[in-house]
Amino acid sequence: MLISMNWISEFTDLSGVDLKDLINRFTLSTAEVEDIYEMGKDIKDVVVGKIIEVNDHPNSKKLHLVKVDIASEVVEVVCGAPNVYVGAVVPFAKLGGRVGDLEIKEIPVAGVVSRGMCCSEKELGISDDNSGLMIIEEDYPLGTDIKEFMDLEDIVFEVDNKSLTNRPDLWGHYGIAREIAALNKRPLKPLELLDSSVYKDLGSIDLKLEDKERVYRFSCISMDNISKKKSPTNMRIRLTYCGMRPINLLADLTNYLMMEIGQPMHAYDNNKVKEIRVKTFSEPFEFLPLDGVKRKVDTDTLMICNAKEPIGIAGVMGGELSSISDDTSSVLLESANFDGTSVRKSATKLGLRTDASSRYEKVLDPEMTVTAIERFMKLLLDIDPGVKVTSSLTDSYVQHYDKIVVDFDKAYVDKYTGIDISADMMEETLSALGFDIDRNGDDFRVVVPSWRATKDVTMKADIVEEITRIYGYDNFDIYSTNSLLSPIRHSLKRDNEYRIKRFLSDKYDMNEVHSYIWYETKLLKEIGVHTEPNIRIINSVTAENDTIRSTIIPSLLGFVHKNVDSSPEMGMYEIGRVADGLNKDGLCNEKKRLGLVLASKILSEEEVFFRLKEAISQVIMEIKNISPEFVENDTINKHNYVHPVNSAGICVNGKEIGYFSVLNPRIRNNMDKKLHVAFAEIDIDDLETIDMVPLQYKEVSRYPGVTVDLSLLVEKSMRYEELAGYIDLYPCQYLNKYYLVDIFEDENLLPGKKSVTVRFEFVSMDRTLEGDEIQTMVDELLAVLNTKNIELR
Amino acid sequence: MLENLDKIKQQFHDELNAVESKGELEKIRVSFLGKKGLVTQELKNLRDLTPEEKKTAGMKVNSLKQEIEKAIVEHQKILEEREYLEEIKSAKVYDFTIPSSREVGTLHPITIIQKQIEDIFKTMGFIIEDGLEIQTEYNNFEAVNIPKNHPARDMQDTYYLENGQLLKTHTSAAQNTIMRKYGEPKKGEPLKVLFPGRCFRNENLDASHENTFFQLEGMMIGDDISISNLIYFMKVLLSEVFERDVKVRLRPGFFPFVEPGFELDINCAICGGDGCATCKQTGWLELLPCGMIHPNVLSMGGIDPDKYTGFAFGLGLTRLVMMKYNIKDIRMFNSGNLKQLRQFTR
Repeated sequence: MLISMNWISEFTDLSGVDLKDLINRFTLSTAEVEDIYEMGKDIKDVVVGKIIEVNDHPNSKKLHLVKVDIASEVVEVVCGAPNVYVGAVVPFAKLGGRVGDLEIKEIPVAGVVSRGMCCSEKELGISDDNSGLMIIEEDYPLGTDIKEFMDLEDIVFEVDNKSLTNRPDLWGHYGIAREIAALNKRPLKPLELLDSSVYKDLGSIDLKLEDKERVYRFSCISMDNISKKKSPTNMRIRLTYCGMRPINLLADLTNYLMMEIGQPMHAYDNNKVKEIRVKTFSEPFEFLPLDGVKRKVDTDTLMICNAKEPIGIAGVMGGELSSISDDTSSVLLESANFDGTSVRKSATKLGLRTDASSRYEKVLDPEMTVTAIERFMKLLLDIDPGVKVTSSLTDSYVQHYDKIVVDFDKAYVDKYTGIDISADMMEETLSALGFDIDRNGDDFRVVVPSWRATKDVTMKADIVEEITRIYGYDNFDIYSTNSLLSPIRHSLKRDNEYRIKRFLSDKYDMNEVHSYIWYETKLLKEIGVHTEPNIRIINSVTAENDTIRSTIIPSLLGFVHKNVDSSPEMGMYEIGRVADGLNKDGLCNEKKRLGLVLASKILSEEEVFFRLKEAISQVIMEIKNISPEFVENDTINKHNYVHPVNSAGICVNGKEIGYFSVLNPRIRNNMDKKLHVAFAEIDIDDLETIDMVPLQYKEVSRYPGVTVDLSLLVEKSMRYEELAGYIDLYPCQYLNKYYLVDIFEDENLLPGKKSVTVRFEFVSMDRTLEGDEIQTMVDELLAVLNTKNIELR
Repeated sequence: MLENLDKIKQQFHDELNAVESKGELEKIRVSFLGKKGLVTQELKNLRDLTPEEKKTAGMKVNSLKQEIEKAIVEHQKILEEREYLEEIKSAKVYDFTIPSSREVGTLHPITIIQKQIEDIFKTMGFIIEDGLEIQTEYNNFEAVNIPKNHPARDMQDTYYLENGQLLKTHTSAAQNTIMRKYGEPKKGEPLKVLFPGRCFRNENLDASHENTFFQLEGMMIGDDISISNLIYFMKVLLSEVFERDVKVRLRPGFFPFVEPGFELDINCAICGGDGCATCKQTGWLELLPCGMIHPNVLSMGGIDPDKYTGFAFGLGLTRLVMMKYNIKDIRMFNSGNLKQLRQFTR
């Protein structure tokens, strides 16, 4: 919103005030000022001139040679305006003067020298009227600088509208002036009004509010015999400077009032309005507002009607048919207060956000409606004294806001602020902002002014804000809290997430990625990944991506697909959320999952598979000090991207927390036949239910150990884990550890079998083991294995 | 005998001068000092002499032995030095400008900055908390003083789910849960908590708009937390985050969950506060919203607003990461594009 300092100075004295500094304080105490414009600086040496002679231009039909009397001299200029006539009094820019970007110099125009310029309103920045020369109707001596009677010089600042959303009182100059007066510690002048009670004996307007929920108050008055059509120059300058286009006196006055006190008003042609009804309709219908675009109006939209005929959309815009024109001499003036939410919804539905609707949305003070009419009448009668009021001020006030009384004391404010603001200063500030104050020492009882009581100020904390913002946050002493020291319990779970990430990135050179919480349907379709139905978003702007993921793997496979052309090798992981269906309360069962994927065109599929298995084992080891077990799990086969054979569940302490798999060849072939991919998903929440095994130091023997490699012949289908189980059947205190060295398979040499070489380490804590002791233990071990049909090769 | 020693000495020096390798040197050592070496033989021959002769001859033989030993050691050194110089001369010269080819793993840029900020807050005694991404309307709106029909519900383009839940639009959705988890703080021991999180807005993507982004929110609640404390903490914390002595400025700002609410500006790092294009000539950059937690929000969190006060602040983490790394297109974060993500090697 644009604010004119000239306008503000009508309501509070600004003499001797540094305006730039004041605007900065306004930003810090009230609302953000985005820009400051110095108006009128680019108009120089423009004086009142009278056209005393008009002659045709020898070389042009459009141009005229004009003689202008500016008292000190008569100047000859070339003028292109269509409305030149002898006797016209116009703004005339002298040589050496300036009009906007134009410096006035002696120049030939179509071969004739011109020594000045007659100006239009647009050239002077008064309005956008460029149809011809501005005609000065008032009687000023020729040669008078126009700045002596036109308020062209002004400081205009633009306030960020967003920072005013909670301040309905600041949507007009008078409210801004109140803030500035409080900041300057100078008084705010009362608005000059016309006392409407003088018309109370005139007949009232036929007004009925059929809907009493969407409307708070409706005030109106009618008048006749309006003769002036054009607003005074200075009023038009103000409107233009504040971003409104001057139209005609009545329209300008309603806009002027809206800009001045924030109350939207509407003037209807009084000949077209006999009985005002405010209501909704039971059927949708079409309506033509002033902007000329026909709209469908629904049954929730409040309308102003002449009897049954709708003539305006309440709080949004009047209708075309009842609108005033330049010739209207009899009007009905509406000044009403509608429910903010209702207006916002109507404006949104109609796609018609107006200056009026955006003010109503902020929840305006209904006390303003009559003030606005009385101010309007005062201004109108000053401009056009012949106007005749034809009705009493008709006012239907159906909903009142409660009077808000807040009790507080200085101690409360001190605690909230942490500093000492004197009770006198509190009183002074609140009083300047319009609060009624009943103070007893440090105890206050304040009544919130009506313009702040619609939603903005309701409680003690709000009062603190009023006091502190005017006091100035820059003036605060700042200090730390008086806190005791107490140890902070940090969540190990959170630390673990970071450790997992660091581990995978540092040890396995993987890249952390972030993906969306929903399935990206198009991408997954490309690679043929099917997803399970899951809870959906009902209003996504990208409608196809509406299913919340129940597993993180499809997101990662999508990323593999996106990168496959540029990265022959990749490792990615994400810790992200999924919705694992709904819980018994119908809420999403949100889980945090770790997804990993390795892909390579260089390593074999088996190498990728085992590298991923190692990463999983190591990462679980890293944070839990437990080696996971891998088990068969048929349920994961429901996913069409899981490999039917090369996949397994991941178990920690017997609890299954995830699975890993080679990518199903069907999906792989959709990406790249040569790409070897394995992926895993681990539920972080489940993993975190498992306690970490504390690390224990184990004494090592001072005596050398002896290692023995045994190649064992087993069935080809036997998994290593089964073999290990049989080895564990042999109880031997000196068998310190054993591990796999090699697996050899050769269908010709060893049909149906394979040779598994295991290295056994025997060691004693108290002596060196003798050769024959070792041999005895090996024999005993082989005897145990023989019972399971396992022979030495 | 003495003549013999002179001959041996002469022979040794002649042979030594011809030695070119360590192997030859060892041979000479053996042939003079070994068990059957010439010098050893002379030492043995001393037995046959009279004590008088033995004394003179013994000294001579031993002196010859020492001379030979020393000469061998010195020659050894010369040979080693020569070998060394030879190796260096013939060494293959490695091109140290050849780049290393290992692609190291990376963290997501959000993780990197988030961790840095978490660590700063930890040093100031903040607990780090986490919240759900799928939230109830109550937690996301009502509990932070945004009632039904509030315009903020229109403005925040919310993703609603079939079951009435929603994807959280701001980290403030976790406030109520955290307050209830920790309860009213003990006297003098304010609750200090930081809760980063992923938030969602239902809007179309472009270079500066993402539907999925990160925020980072903090709260401090206690029996005497004031606006003065808020300004102090913000100044200290932001100085740490930006690694410079930050000046802060508070302006009134309206957010339903705080009262009073502020927009916090920091002095512009580019111009130091004098005014430049980055800060639109104001010297200040709008950084984060903050304020004193609204009494209604405390009440709904089970904390008595007559006894306790608190402040809260929110930081656009994604925006901060963009500032720190000079990232122009916000879509990079969720792209999974390894060419982009592999750059964040911390």
